[in-house]
Amino acid sequence: MRTMETNEAGLIARIVAGEKELFHELIRPYERMVYLTLFSIVKNETEAEDGAQETVISAYRHLASFRGDAKFSTWLTTIAINEGRKRLRKAKGAAEESIEEEVEAHEGDYSPAPLTDWREIPLEALERKELREALRVAVAELPDIYRQVFTLRDLEELSVEETAQALGITTGTVKVRLHRARILLQKRLVPFLKTTAPARRGFFGRAL
Amino acid sequence: MKLDCKHVWEHISEYIDGSVEAKLREDIERHLEHCEICSAILDSTRNILILTADDRTFELPVGYSKRLHERLKEEIERSKQEPRVGEPE
Repeated sequence: MRTMETNEAGLIARIVAGEKELFHELIRPYERMVYLTLFSIVKNETEAEDGAQETVISAYRHLASFRGDAKFSTWLTTIAINEGRKRLRKAKGAAEESIEEEVEAHEGDYSPAPLTDWREIPLEALERKELREALRVAVAELPDIYRQVFTLRDLEELSVEETAQALGITTGTVKVRLHRARILLQKRLVPFLKTTAPARRGFFGRAL
Repeated sequence: MKLDCKHVWEHISEYIDGSVEAKLREDIERHLEHCEICSAILDSTRNILILTADDRTFELPVGYSKRLHERLKEEIERSKQEPRVGEPE
């Protein structure tokens, strides 16, 4: 995305100046990101799509207030996060229960699952559909605060700083949550990965 | 400094991101050279991240983009009645 930035600033200026149709072009590289951000919060396809549309419309309406001190992607992600949180509160019907206040309350075990019988997942393993499915399920089941950081950082590939800015948390918190999310996923997925271990080691029961 | 496995695990995420300081990176790398367990953990975690970033893992609903741009088109048409876009409501 880095090479697009100059072009992007130019696009934004033209849209604000009146070439409104160009907004289609501006938003296209970020469609996926907007949807995934919403999905990481609301965890429902229909809600995520509705929320993504609202996010894009809102970004269009407020484009002139984008100052360019943050990256456009970060600005857009912030709108998406707010939209997602709004929908979540509505669904829960409890405006008081602020998700922003959720913290690392529980002391969990964040040690990875040890593997001893192979060094690398064979490339074919990454091509297996059930591994993708297992990963989707594992990500969906992460605690919310970990899933959101993981989504922005590892799925949408924002930097630590951008992730912190978009979520309104410190970079230190991003790192802690990201670390825990990754370890939790590694732990959950190891049983799936092990089924691809050499046959002579025997069949590893598919524990998940 | 000689690191034990647990110490390596604590830094695995930052190590993957390349954000550990040089000295610690060296210690971790020295540990990885002889520790099969930590190497496997590192590889598996890395591979999970590769899989995560693969577009086929997290797919968008069919027709999502088309519906999004249709909705946007309507909004743009509507806003053409107004002199400028982007003014606060």
